[in-house]
Amino acid sequence: MTVLSRLRSWEGFLLAALLVIIATNTALSPQFMTLSNQINLFQLSIEKIIVALVMTLIIINGEIDLSVGSMMGLAACAFGWMFANGVPAELAIVIVLLIGVAGGALNGIFVAWVGLPSLVVTLATLIGFRGLARVLVEDRGIGGFPAWFNALGQRGLIGDIPLSILLFVVLFVVFYVVLQHTGFGRKTYLIGNNREVAAFAGIDTARHKLVLFILSGAVSALAGLLFAARVGAVRGDVANGFELDIITIVLLGGVSIFGGSGSLVGTLLAVLIVLNLRNGMALMNVTGHIQTGVIGILLIASVIAPRLSLGVLLARPRRGAGEGAGA
Amino acid sequence: MLRLMDRLNPQALRIVALLVVVAAVLVFFSLVVPNYLNGRLFNRISSSVAIMALVATAQTLVIITRNIDLSIGSTLGFVAFATGSLVTNNPDLGPVVLVAYAMALGAMFGAINGVLVAYARIPAIIVTLGTMALFRSALVEYSDSKSISTANLPEWLVAFPNTVLWEWGEMQFRAAFVAAVAVVLLVHLALTRLRVARRLYAIGSNPEAAEMAGINTRLTVFVAFVLAGALAGLAGFMFLARFGTITVVAGLGFELKSVAAAVVGGVNIFGGSGTVIGALIGAILVDLIDTSLVRWALVSEFWREAVLGVLILLSVAADALLMRRLIAARRAREHAKAEARIERELAAQNGRAAS
Repeated sequence: MTVLSRLRSWEGFLLAALLVIIATNTALSPQFMTLSNQINLFQLSIEKIIVALVMTLIIINGEIDLSVGSMMGLAACAFGWMFANGVPAELAIVIVLLIGVAGGALNGIFVAWVGLPSLVVTLATLIGFRGLARVLVEDRGIGGFPAWFNALGQRGLIGDIPLSILLFVVLFVVFYVVLQHTGFGRKTYLIGNNREVAAFAGIDTARHKLVLFILSGAVSALAGLLFAARVGAVRGDVANGFELDIITIVLLGGVSIFGGSGSLVGTLLAVLIVLNLRNGMALMNVTGHIQTGVIGILLIASVIAPRLSLGVLLARPRRGAGEGAGA
Repeated sequence: MLRLMDRLNPQALRIVALLVVVAAVLVFFSLVVPNYLNGRLFNRISSSVAIMALVATAQTLVIITRNIDLSIGSTLGFVAFATGSLVTNNPDLGPVVLVAYAMALGAMFGAINGVLVAYARIPAIIVTLGTMALFRSALVEYSDSKSISTANLPEWLVAFPNTVLWEWGEMQFRAAFVAAVAVVLLVHLALTRLRVARRLYAIGSNPEAAEMAGINTRLTVFVAFVLAGALAGLAGFMFLARFGTITVVAGLGFELKSVAAAVVGGVNIFGGSGTVIGALIGAILVDLIDTSLVRWALVSEFWREAVLGVLILLSVAADALLMRRLIAARRAREHAKAEARIERELAAQNGRAAS
């Protein structure tokens, strides 16, 4: 791959956009490029971007998981409820992760074995998991967690870098290796590309999807715990609506909504773009809602742009641009 | 039983099944909640379903073409606010102008989605995720952090949703509900009687085949989005009339609720099949369970959403399994029929050969 074709790829485009944003932000404010600002940036949305990693795998596999935000909420509330009822925090953490596994398995069973579309299954569990979270904490807020638990979310673990960012880095590396360098990763792409062909090739597609949904549930539960630790309290509406932000990041990163193409590097770049763009707009006193609108425009533009720059527009892809985006 | 169900077409069957579920829910709650079945229950549900019925109908039009509209809640919110602000500044405007304004505004938002999906060929889920955020931030910008309040709205507008058109015992048929049902029926008639409307289903069940059959798929998908936008605009008008107070969060979450109502109502999320009557009953069922659980003393009202999630999952799973069995049964019977015919013909041939 030549340098030129690399730059013309989707990741190259994202990288260029990122550099422009960082340069603009640096020019706007001398505080921007400091380590503490960058850590702060990450930490404020760390739960979303951790889940974006596993969502990348799910979407590459040709599915979607709308229930991640609710699972984060359920995990945080289950932790708070158990803690308030005298369960030691260490045990509560383990149980919450198991709840994540169980919730993911529920999605996976309905998608993989009953054969229902994941959009519908996870829409139902989006409502259901959120409902369970509200059953647990009703309209109270639960806080007063042990100091060590809150410290994990709020203080640096190694130097200034908190546990959540370290977890993000570890998960990124693990998922990257799995996706790019193992049979499991290759199967993820293959099934996303064409499930029938994958099945004829002897791949147990149902089991593969089940594993991915369990992974998604477990990572979402972990993210919910991180949220509880960072904020130091939980309420029934923790992480409400996060699923759409997460999916936006993944799609912006060039992952095809039809499955089969995309990469974690793209997702990482999209994460950096969204974080830095929001930070830059905040420096310019743009309010949160408008920031979200700009991200929305960016998402749509991200699908049109590669076609313009790559001349794929002339080829007129039959269905959507997803196929072109990951090229 | 299967033989009987085989006679009905799948859509009619779905609606019958839904009505059975609605009846079962009513019977169940009338057993556990004292003084449950009365006119007030009908009035309460019919008032709140009026808005969701329109949004679910709009969503259904788009889903039938194998697309989705996640911006529908933001469209509703913007239209409710803009219409409210128009009538606040010009209190003399009549209902016809306001409804036309609301629907035109909604149609305009729908057209933006439609152009991007049908002509720029961007997947609908991406477009409408983007425009969901975009329309919402347009509302924030437009509202200038003010909100519409009931006090500034003309009296007829606030009174409209609760105007009782006719009464049957304690049951009141209020204007908003009657209007919403009338619109749903109108759309249903259009979808089932107009030849043009069949194109929506054709595209949804097989876009390539529809294109080869000479259907202008782009225009049709575009029109579906515009119509959905117009209906969402109408729902925005109803929202304004019902609540009066409109803030920037108006209609938040309607996008997923409308998908849920449509799916419970038997609309196939992959397009090609589904009825707006089904979506209407789906909306009623969801609202019925929501309202009834609040009154059930045994479980806390916080169970509402959890139960709703289970209901959606079960109804879709049951639907899928039932349809699979029906199709298998039908195929087996046709197979048996064909075999019998071949055997008859063979026997006849043998008879001729012998004579």
